[in-house]
Formats: sequence, structure tokens, C-alpha cells
Amino acid sequence: MPQTLYDKLINVHTVREESATRLLYIDRQLIHEVTSPQAFEGLKMAGRKPWRIAANLAVPDHNVPTTKRSSGVKGIADPIAKLQIETLDKNCDDFGINEIAMNDIRQGIVHVIGPEQGATLPGMSIVCGDSHTSTHGALGALAFGIGTSEVEHVLATGCLWQSKSKNLNIEVSGKLNKGVSAKDIALYIIGQIGTAGATGFAIEFSGVAIQNLSIEGRMTLCNMAIEAGARVGIVAVDAKTIDYVKGRPLAPTGSQWEKATAYWQTLHSDAGAFFDKTLHFDAAKIKPQVTWGTSPEMVVAIDECVPNPKNAKNQVEKTSWENALKYTHLAADTKITDIKIDKIFIGSCTNSRIEDLRSAAAVAKGKKIAKNIKLALVVPGSGLIKKQAEDEGLDKIFTDCGFEWREAGCSMCLAMNADKLEPGQRCASTSNRNFEGRQGQGSFTHLVSPAIAAASAIAGHFSKAQ
Amino acid sequence: MQAFTKLTSIAMPLNRANVDTDAIIPKQFLKSIKRSGFGVNLFDEWRYLDHGEVGGNNSKRPLNQDFVLNNPKYKDAKILLARENFGCGSSREHAPWALLDYGFQAIIAPSFADIFYNNCFKNGILPIIQTDKIMDELFATDGVLSVDLQAQTITAAGKIYAFNIDSERKRRLLNGIDDIDLTLQYSDDIKAFEQKYFNKYNWL
Repeated sequence: MPQTLYDKLINVHTVREESATRLLYIDRQLIHEVTSPQAFEGLKMAGRKPWRIAANLAVPDHNVPTTKRSSGVKGIADPIAKLQIETLDKNCDDFGINEIAMNDIRQGIVHVIGPEQGATLPGMSIVCGDSHTSTHGALGALAFGIGTSEVEHVLATGCLWQSKSKNLNIEVSGKLNKGVSAKDIALYIIGQIGTAGATGFAIEFSGVAIQNLSIEGRMTLCNMAIEAGARVGIVAVDAKTIDYVKGRPLAPTGSQWEKATAYWQTLHSDAGAFFDKTLHFDAAKIKPQVTWGTSPEMVVAIDECVPNPKNAKNQVEKTSWENALKYTHLAADTKITDIKIDKIFIGSCTNSRIEDLRSAAAVAKGKKIAKNIKLALVVPGSGLIKKQAEDEGLDKIFTDCGFEWREAGCSMCLAMNADKLEPGQRCASTSNRNFEGRQGQGSFTHLVSPAIAAASAIAGHFSKAQ
Repeated sequence: MQAFTKLTSIAMPLNRANVDTDAIIPKQFLKSIKRSGFGVNLFDEWRYLDHGEVGGNNSKRPLNQDFVLNNPKYKDAKILLARENFGCGSSREHAPWALLDYGFQAIIAPSFADIFYNNCFKNGILPIIQTDKIMDELFATDGVLSVDLQAQTITAAGKIYAFNIDSERKRRLLNGIDDIDLTLQYSDDIKAFEQKYFNKYNWL
């Protein structure tokens, strides 16, 4: 019987089945400092050992400072953040888990370094105590976010109980217009189907527009599958996938490479496979997107206006829009390009890879940020991306323009470290969530692509790249 | 894990859709390395008028009297009524920890985000899905509800509403079963699986 890619990956990893739940074998668990301490504590209290130590790879990313790292973890100013990172270091030492520590050049955002190191391979089952684990699906892996109890469960048993999701095929046909990126596809789709539009589904992204995306673009798209409610976002393996993986530090070599690639080439949905639901979108209709509210589904094209609650489709939506406008200090029907901005954030597991930085730098080159921009940050996704960008001279382009060039980490995507917005400040951000208070209490987040973030930094308000 | 069997309590109505886990417990509290103590910061940005920090003294902070949690009527609520897509966003299990630490043991909503829904079961919280129409009736009741997991019923104002739940999740919750103990009973199955699996996919 023809199978979807998601079903193939679920079946390959099924150890046993009980009613609607399956015990899935986990190939890779990625660990960071925020959602792991309680899991390690549970393991220690029960006197349990990790089932398979080599399955795990840890890195601190959420809490790390993006400046002044020369004195290491002991030099972190925030004592509570410091303790959490020290706790990760100690737990990894105690259990012998491979950790890329804060001042290692390979350190970075967990969803950036997994693929970068080859710790993420096609066909793997990958979990992490972080909802953006869906990112890794871009390489044809079964990857999803879990809670801390499940982190402990995977540590202790190498497995996880899961119920199978339904299959959703999102087919994006046609050609993207110039200046439109994977981020815009993601935001556009979420705008169309809503933040619960794919709840209970695993999304496979397919179609010509997806095939034409780079692997990094596919990561941006799969990263935001969770913002549509889907734990899993996945793209079939093709030649680009295999090229991307080749030569990565943890990728197979020699005869194992030959065997692996032969298998990886089977990682696509079979012709005639059954999807519970299929949605079609035309890439040519997608314009650069900007969110206006407090949920990623509250999004419009950059040449549109903030919507008016009187046009909401029902009472629940009307109330949500009214709450969002009240929170974000915006009036209905305001032109998006008339909204002034205080800060710019280019980074996060959505948009901090080298292509994202190149795309923003191409816009910023030779320009200056507007006078009303109080802070413009570029935070590379990993130390290796930072180095590559510096080798290409991108850091110089950004700093000449007025941006600050920082060390790798999650930074102002969730503002757990010192990088945050003050109450009342408005940010054009390449991250993934514009929830109330996400980047700082009482602050306003507008999600955009790297090119739009850079163009808006120069204009001082939302603007297309010139 | 604490078992869930029956619960009778006043239900606190939270009349908002898409309540995300950032709202349930803001990021600064995620720096804690403990599993407990999050209850005083549940819905922190809606509940207090100032900015809260981990380890701070919450007893002196100004309360937002317009937020339902600060209404004395719902002070002892153990049941939470919510709207669609409750618990969306971040996977942080600190969200169910905060709800449980505050005292909520059951949440009734028309839909939940997947990861949050899973996380509830790992902590002895019962998430119940009801239709929008029944949710409207429960919100209108504005009083004491009874939840019976064995019978799969909610009783409100003398009316009984049935709910669905996966039988395996129900069994684990009713008995407070630790998932890890249960899984380790299948250690031999896992080892046998590994042997075949790594033989076939020998680059892993």
C-alpha cells in the first residue's frame, strides 16, 4: 500500500503499538538548558541511567548572553541564567552526554546546530524539549517538540509514546516573486489556515515552490509548522538534501554513506499515498508578510492595512482582534508601512542561518539604519555561521549600517537573556512568535523576513526592500 | 504522578481563544531548575500590573483586578474553562506545572494545542475537549462543576455532559501510572528492536 513519508517514518520507528499509541524509537535527542534540568533531576532521583548516551547532544542556547562571553559561564551576569547553564554543563558531565558548551565555536541555537553538525540526518526520529524541533523535518526527518517529562522518558528509555497524527499535504505550486522568501510562505499559510489550522496533523510541504527552496529555506518553513498547530513539518528528501548533509561532521562516510543515501532516496511519499487533507497554495500570490497582532495568524501583506474587527468572521475572532489592537496600540485600518519601529531583531531558529544573513546584508549594504531605531541586532544562529558571515564580510556591512553584531543564541526571540524590548517598544523581528510579552513585557512584536527586517531598519517603519 | 479520579470545584472562566504558554507562564520564570513553585506566577502578565521576576516577592505586587483569577469568587477553583486552541506555542512543561501548582487539575476547552495536551497527562491534569456549544453552556453556568473521569462525565447545574478520552490515557491517569516504569517493562522489546534497527541502518 502506498505510504506517506510521515507514515513511513512512524512505521520504521515503531517498537510496539497499544490501542491508539505507539512506542517510538528515538534516534536523536537534542537537549538545551531550559527544558532539561527537571528531566535530569527526575532521572537522578529514580536512580536511572540514560538508555543510549550517544543518542543525545546538548547545547546551551536560550539563556546565553550574546555579548561579553570572554570569561565563560562564570562571567554570566544573571545569576539565575548562570545556574541554569551550569546545571546543563554538570548534568552532561555527570551522565557523559556530548555537550557543545557556550564558548565552543560550534555553539548555537539547537535547531541550527543539529543540521549544521550532521546530528540531524534524513530518516531519523528527532526530539527536543522545544516546539521548534519541527525545523529538522526539512531534511526528511521525523522531528517534533516534547515536554520535559518526555525528555526524561526519552533519556531513560530511548523511546517515546506517541499517537500518530493525521497526514496533511500542503502543496505550494508556482514560482515565488522576487523579494518573497520561505518566511513569507510560512506566515502566509498560517494566515490562511490559522494557528490551530494543522493541530492534530503532520504537515508534508510539497510542490514546485518547496522543491525550489534551499534546505535552509525549508528549515524556515518547517520551523513554523508548529505555529500552524502541527508538531511535525516535513519535506521529502531530494538531491539538495543529500548535498546539504554530505561532509557534515556527524554524517556517514564511505560505504555507510552509499548505503545511507540509497535509503534516504526512498524518503518521500509514494504516488497515490493517502492524505487526510490536502491544501493548495499558489506561490505567485504570496507577497512579503508582516504580522500586526499577538498571534502569528494575525498577518497581512506589507502593502495592506491592519484589519478592522468589524470584518472579523465571528465573535471569537472579533474579540481576539480587539484585544490584539488594544495590546499593540494600533488602530484598525492603519497602513502597515505607516507603522514606526523602535528595534530590529534578525536571528532565531527561524531566520539566523547564513542565507538569512546574506539576504538581510544585501538590503543593508551601503545604507544606514533610521534615526528612530534604538537598537538593531543581528544574532547568528551558531558560532560557525558567525565565522562564515565574517569571512564573507557580512558583519562589516551590518555594523557599518548601524546594526550590532552578536554572539550566537536564541536572544530576543524569547528574551530570556538581556536582549529584550522595553514596555511600549515595537520590534520588526525575524523570529516566530508575536505573543503578548514574548520579547519583553508590554512590548509589540511584528514577524517578518530578514529582507523586510533590514529594509524596515533603514526606513524606520515597515518597508519593502528597495 | 498524582492520579485523577473525580473533582468537584467552582470553575474559573477564561474567556479567550489561543491562550499561549507564554501567557500561562512567561519566559523569565523558565530559568528555574525546579518543577514546583510556578503557581504564584501563573498568568503573570495578566494577573499583576508590574513586571515579575523569578524568586521575587509576589505577595506585595499590585494585582490586575480586572483579571478573572483575581476575582475572590474563583479563589479555590480547580477547574479552568477556556476557549479554542488552549496552550498553543512553546512546548514548555512549566505551563502545566504552573497550572497544577496553582491548583488547577482539570481544563475544559473546545480544543488544545497538541504538546500542551500531552504535557497535561504527564502531570495528572485532565484536559477535556467539549464542543463550542457545550462550552457556552458551561461558561453560562458560572458555578460548581463535577468531573468524573471513570464515568467520563461533567455535571453542571444538574445537567450531565459526556466527554471522550483515549482509553490508554484514561487508564494511566486514573491510576497515576509512571510512564517510564511502564515503558521499562518493555526493555527486551526495545533491545530486540535496536538490534535489527542498527543492523539495517548501520550508519546511525
